[in-house]
Amino acid sequence: MSPTWVQLAYLAAALCFVLALKGLSTPKYARAGNLLGAAGMALAVVTAYVHGAVHNGLLILVAVAAGVAVGIPAARSVKMTAIPQMVALFNGVGGAAAALVALTEFLEVPDGSVLFQVATALTVLIGSVSFSGSVVTFLKLQEIMTTRPVLLPAGQMVGIGVAAASALLALSVVLSGSGLLLVLLALAGLALGVLFVLPVGGADVPIAISLLNAFTGLAVAASGYVLANTLLIVAGTLVGASGTILTRLMAQAMGRPLTNILFGAFKPTTAAAQTDEQRTVRSGTVEDVAILLGYAHSVLVVPGYGLAVAQGQHAARELASVLEQRGITVHYGIHPVAGRMPGHMNVLLAEADVPYEQLKELDDVNPGIGSVDVVLVVGANDVVNPGARDEPSSPIYGMPIFDVDRAKAVVFMKRSMRPGFAGVDNSLLYNPKTTMLFGDAKESLTKLLAAVKHV
Amino acid sequence: MIDLLTIFVLAVFVGFEVVSKVSTILHTPLMSGANAIHGVILVGAILITGRAEHALEITLGLAAVFLATVNVVGGFVVTDRMLEMFKGHRAVKAVKVESNGHKETGT
Repeated sequence: MSPTWVQLAYLAAALCFVLALKGLSTPKYARAGNLLGAAGMALAVVTAYVHGAVHNGLLILVAVAAGVAVGIPAARSVKMTAIPQMVALFNGVGGAAAALVALTEFLEVPDGSVLFQVATALTVLIGSVSFSGSVVTFLKLQEIMTTRPVLLPAGQMVGIGVAAASALLALSVVLSGSGLLLVLLALAGLALGVLFVLPVGGADVPIAISLLNAFTGLAVAASGYVLANTLLIVAGTLVGASGTILTRLMAQAMGRPLTNILFGAFKPTTAAAQTDEQRTVRSGTVEDVAILLGYAHSVLVVPGYGLAVAQGQHAARELASVLEQRGITVHYGIHPVAGRMPGHMNVLLAEADVPYEQLKELDDVNPGIGSVDVVLVVGANDVVNPGARDEPSSPIYGMPIFDVDRAKAVVFMKRSMRPGFAGVDNSLLYNPKTTMLFGDAKESLTKLLAAVKHV
Repeated sequence: MIDLLTIFVLAVFVGFEVVSKVSTILHTPLMSGANAIHGVILVGAILITGRAEHALEITLGLAAVFLATVNVVGGFVVTDRMLEMFKGHRAVKAVKVESNGHKETGT
């Protein structure tokens, strides 16, 4: 058992973590909460070092310095558009660290109690799942691999098989105390994580990240049992529990039950919904759109990830102010899951310094959308897809959308006819009210800005 | 044993309670902040490496220390950057108003 001063320091750190999470859920105290969490972490780490680094003190310092040297530049240099995949990676290395801690402790204390063995097996399994699952979500968000659901032949059977094998291996580890079996369990966990995330597609990936985040929390809590350390149990459990709630809240923002998001791709979908009929698309020139905008009374801009990637926020803002000078009302419609994660778009627009007063949420926009003259959809796709409302067979069915098809006219700025992040075809593109303006969002906006000035 | 279980159960309820109401704007920063907090596994990594005596254990332990440190510092820094944007936004506007004022008095 650790001396009292160590226990007290851990208690103070745990309290900091609770207050940090509390602060992070209120806009006013979010930043202070995060800093308090960091302070608690510093206290805990210094305490552990002073009290626990009996051997290898210098080596530990070197490893910490290396971690700082990698972590801080990575976190500082990552673009705001790439934040979700960075969060996924940080989560993954945390899971791997938990698995390694349990594995090492197992080597140091080979003949532990049954409870100890159970906790070890759980930590290694959950940590490995979290690591490999996070790596796959990173690859998807970075678009290194396809963002669509990947369905292996008999994927569901393979998944169940690997899960069963993992459970058996975990049981054998507990009974035999074999290090070899524990390594095999880690490998099974890695396979399970990959199989778990592969079928999750597009806009649902962030929800998988949130769930894996909760998993890592649980792995850390389980490692707390391995080491009989209350701080690890408290902090890990806090993250596990709050992460589970957050995952549910995110799923609610998407308007779908969690099981649908995680296992929906396994169900046979009626892919026949897309008929062979030749659907026509109306494509317009910059001048056409400029005239449309110049004589409108009200314009709604619906920005998406595409706008942020093209760095077109500033052009969009200038266009908005030119329109306002002509007496046109301009609002931005911000969908809760626009961007790559819930709330991500707000971060991106805050970076571009778009005035808060012009940002409107779904419930503010949809009731009056029929009187909007022109909706300008810039680099968004899924959040205006009427299929989410009208087609029960659509993978995004049930997600709340902007009902822009009820506005008087829609201008769709897109690079190509390629479907959006969720990989779902959008019937709005073929709507007679819709004008397509193909091209890079920033270029199109800049040209549009010049053209509007001449109208 | 029962003590640890008690702590676990209580922490579950605290975890549920703390984030039960959070606006969508804060979903991403909250996830990222929680992510940094589970980096507390660094404490465990330091403790096991601190008593490791064999080369294999030391190597594995140091790998865990390294990864956990990346998780901790990366997590807190990324979260702070996101939250800084929200705050910086208002600050920038305030500065602009101020600089406009200066221009008016200047010209």
